[in-house]
Amino acid sequence: MSKPIVATASLAGCFGCHMSILDIDDRILQLIELVEFNKSPINDIKTFTKQCDIGIIEGGCCNTENIHVLKDFRKNCKILISLGECAIMGGLPAMRNGIPVKECLEEAYLDGPTVGQNTERIMPNDPELPIILDKVYPLHEIVKIDYYLPGCAPRADLIWNAVVALVTGDEMKLPYELIKFD
Amino acid sequence: MSETVKFTIDGKEFTAPKGQYIVDAAADNGVYIPVLCHMRDLTPSGSCRICTVKVNGRHMAACTTPVEEDMAIENSSDELLDIRKAIVEMLFVEGNHFCPSCEKSGTCDLQALGYKYQMMVPRFPYAFERRELEASTPKIFLEKNRCIFCKRCVRLIKDDQGRNIFAFKGRGKTLEINMDKKLATHMSEESAMKAMEICPVGAILRKEVGFVEPIGTRKYDNKPIGSDIEINHQ
Amino acid sequence: MFIKHITGNLIKLSFMKEKIISIIGKFGKNSGRLMDILIEVQSEFGCVSEEAVTIIASELGISEADVVQTRSFYHFFTEKPLGKYAVYLNNSVVSGFFGMDEVVDEFENQTGIKFGGTSPDGLVSLKFTACIGMSDQEPAALINSVVFTNLNREKVRQIVADMRAGKPVEDMFSDYGDGNNAHPLVKSMVKNNIRKAGPVTLGDYTLGTGLSKAMEKTSDSVIQEVRDSNLRGRGGAGFPTGLKWTFCAREQGDRYVLCNADEGEPGTFKDRVLLTERAHMMFEGMVIAGYAIGAKEGILYLRAEYHYLKEFMAHVLEDMRNKNLLGNNILGKGFNFDIRVQFGAGAYVCGEESALIESSEGKRGEPRNRPPFPVQKGYNNKPTIINNVETFCSVVKIIENGGEWYRKMGTEESSGTKLLSISGDCQNPGVYEVEWGMTINEMLKMVGAENVQAVQVAGPSGFTVPPSQFNRKIAIEDLATGGSMIVIGNHRNIIKDVVYNFMEFFEDESCGSCVTCRSFNMILTKQIKKFIEGRAIKSDIDNIKAWGEIMRKTSRCGLGQTSANPVSSTIDNFRELYENRAKELDYQSDFDIEKSIIESCEAVGREPNIHE
Repeated sequence: MSKPIVATASLAGCFGCHMSILDIDDRILQLIELVEFNKSPINDIKTFTKQCDIGIIEGGCCNTENIHVLKDFRKNCKILISLGECAIMGGLPAMRNGIPVKECLEEAYLDGPTVGQNTERIMPNDPELPIILDKVYPLHEIVKIDYYLPGCAPRADLIWNAVVALVTGDEMKLPYELIKFD
Repeated sequence: MSETVKFTIDGKEFTAPKGQYIVDAAADNGVYIPVLCHMRDLTPSGSCRICTVKVNGRHMAACTTPVEEDMAIENSSDELLDIRKAIVEMLFVEGNHFCPSCEKSGTCDLQALGYKYQMMVPRFPYAFERRELEASTPKIFLEKNRCIFCKRCVRLIKDDQGRNIFAFKGRGKTLEINMDKKLATHMSEESAMKAMEICPVGAILRKEVGFVEPIGTRKYDNKPIGSDIEINHQ
Repeated sequence: MFIKHITGNLIKLSFMKEKIISIIGKFGKNSGRLMDILIEVQSEFGCVSEEAVTIIASELGISEADVVQTRSFYHFFTEKPLGKYAVYLNNSVVSGFFGMDEVVDEFENQTGIKFGGTSPDGLVSLKFTACIGMSDQEPAALINSVVFTNLNREKVRQIVADMRAGKPVEDMFSDYGDGNNAHPLVKSMVKNNIRKAGPVTLGDYTLGTGLSKAMEKTSDSVIQEVRDSNLRGRGGAGFPTGLKWTFCAREQGDRYVLCNADEGEPGTFKDRVLLTERAHMMFEGMVIAGYAIGAKEGILYLRAEYHYLKEFMAHVLEDMRNKNLLGNNILGKGFNFDIRVQFGAGAYVCGEESALIESSEGKRGEPRNRPPFPVQKGYNNKPTIINNVETFCSVVKIIENGGEWYRKMGTEESSGTKLLSISGDCQNPGVYEVEWGMTINEMLKMVGAENVQAVQVAGPSGFTVPPSQFNRKIAIEDLATGGSMIVIGNHRNIIKDVVYNFMEFFEDESCGSCVTCRSFNMILTKQIKKFIEGRAIKSDIDNIKAWGEIMRKTSRCGLGQTSANPVSSTIDNFRELYENRAKELDYQSDFDIEKSIIESCEAVGREPNIHE
């Protein structure tokens, strides 16, 4: 039997959840036995080369590029997992939700204390750039999500337990220490 | 000597002084009923509804209903657990609760209930309403994004003349917690610390105090909320 | 409302202070009268500004946050000044049925501002408000407390022209309604629309007969007479009146009699008619209650929307004092009892009895926890009975003719007659006094209604009854109602025109202090909108029903316990309406990428092109 294929991506996140995946330490060797990785920053495969079984996504959707990648994942993965607070509820990037985008952009590019010299008062508007959305969206508001693993970042053991449970079909272990929102 | 009454919770028989609120009577008998707005000895607010139990077949708030002789109280049916989980989820989508950046994370009662009921994602859509952070007084922040309207501060924190420092403003969907800035400016150190401590979430914070406890040793890092009540009676 | 415009933009603070201090003095510097103080300040200055708040707080010795918490609770108190003419247009269901959209459009066209705004010249403010008790003559609005009914485009044009000409509101019309609506102290265009008078509340009435008879008896036997009648509360909850009185009479110390005239359930207007035509009778009923339970003081809690009856109420009370039916030594029997009128300021939830008490004490109208019940600890924490206007009126007749006489009418469990406020798609909207037990079919025949899709019984918090159940009885044991009956014709869109309107109403009117009511009403309103806009999927139907069920089980007061009814009762009885609007999908995103990028593209100056 062929191994289940896993893909991962980080959208509007900090890659902390991916770091947490790596935090399973030496179990990563077991993981490689259990699954095959396709598109993922871990192996640097940039596009889907085949249909995947499990897609793991960290980060919410803050721009059009995120939406595109997320929809691509939905198309190419049988199961999608929201990994971490940002994927589940927008996380820290979503602290801008409720504040008009214009105010946020002006703070970031024009008026904020860390803005250096922007004498021409330009806000990035190159057509090549992804377009910022009105707010940061949790993944499940854009596409159907099958499982959620909370945490910032989710504990490595939680990720491990979840992947093992999915691959083996056993019930997932959820000891108290593993469900955390920070 | 006050009168004692017999009652049952989930079929187990207990006794308590007549007139004691169910939630306290249960705690004294080692049964945890979750609370957010309730504080022992404070006039009940009955606002968070998380303590909803079934009393003789009717849904009641355990923090506002006194125990009576022969009451049959249901506290742990699947139905009640789902109701409580729904309330926690609702509070999470209604306010803006960014746990990773919150000073109260790890000691927050709302978050701890999220852990207890294994909230993986709220079933309700996020509201993401804009709320303000009030930081203009010298001692405390009022972070309205995190307020769950438990009214503990409204009921408990007063100035030296007994005037309310905190009060509600608006109603329904425009409801917010409001602070009397003039009175808050003259808050005593003791009162500011107390306000932070009684806040079940991170809405009231003493300035310059935060993240004092390292992750891993905080109140709810390893032990679920309510376990102190349950453990004391085992 | 409550506006007396002061010319000039700058009101000198010292003048303001002097005026506010005199208002506060009038109410004995008592923070328990904060409602009255705020009402007068709003009326005097067109708002309760931050400056006013500071003065009030310092004079009463309470915090500013406390003043703000009461001010911000009520719809008719404003922080910013309103226009010289403040229009509050009713946006309830029946108003929507009969042309509200056109009235809105015309007001906006004529004034050049949108609803929610005030014209730059300070002439006019346009605001929406919940049902103002005129469902039999919609669309209706309050303009500076004066009622305007049966509005249409033409009338709106005339009103705005009159505003521009600076006409006082009361001079904008001269056609007064029938009965006491034409009384010199009322002068209102409101019509009574009494379609059917019965033997009790709208029957013959001679002032003082009931009270004299009561005072010949002991207070206990007055209560017994009321118990014998089996009279049950007419506000909607149906609690046995005599029993409530017994409980209260048992308690020690000062007691209070409160009359609930906060008729706020959309579609209800029967108390309006009683207040206009049977004010003496209502007050007489309160005096009888006072005598029965041993109270010295009564309060009529009158909704702000009926402010146009203020002087008339004062006149009736004075008249009763003059006739020795109120005040000291009533009928020479050594019994003292007086009544004051407490106005509300726009909050549906204050119709809930414990919220009404809080409001009467000058606070936010947040319902209390029970126990204690009002009969134990009510107004000022003293034993208090609260009954509806219609209940007090009924008591007068019960004492006059006996409990037996009363109980012969109606059904076994619901004795006597009931006033129904019938509105919506029928030929003869108005007030009907009928015996309990009438079926919906009989009612529809009585009011001349055909092609009926549903009847909304007991207002938004009641039930949407389908034709298959029109043989059910209007009675506390079957279809209980406080009086609101809205006939919904076949041509109406129930989800959009009725359910959504009701849910928006609850969303606005929830006091917000209990989590489930505050939050679920918002969530359910959003979900209903999904059905209207075609974004719903099949699983949404059972989800919203389940969520409504949680709200019913966990909310603190009747508002939250019933506010999911529009959703659940239409899903139960008209499920196909939801099914037809829900897609056969297991997931549907609400996300609209086109909309979501507009803001940022505008901000940075970029074409909103999406290349996926």
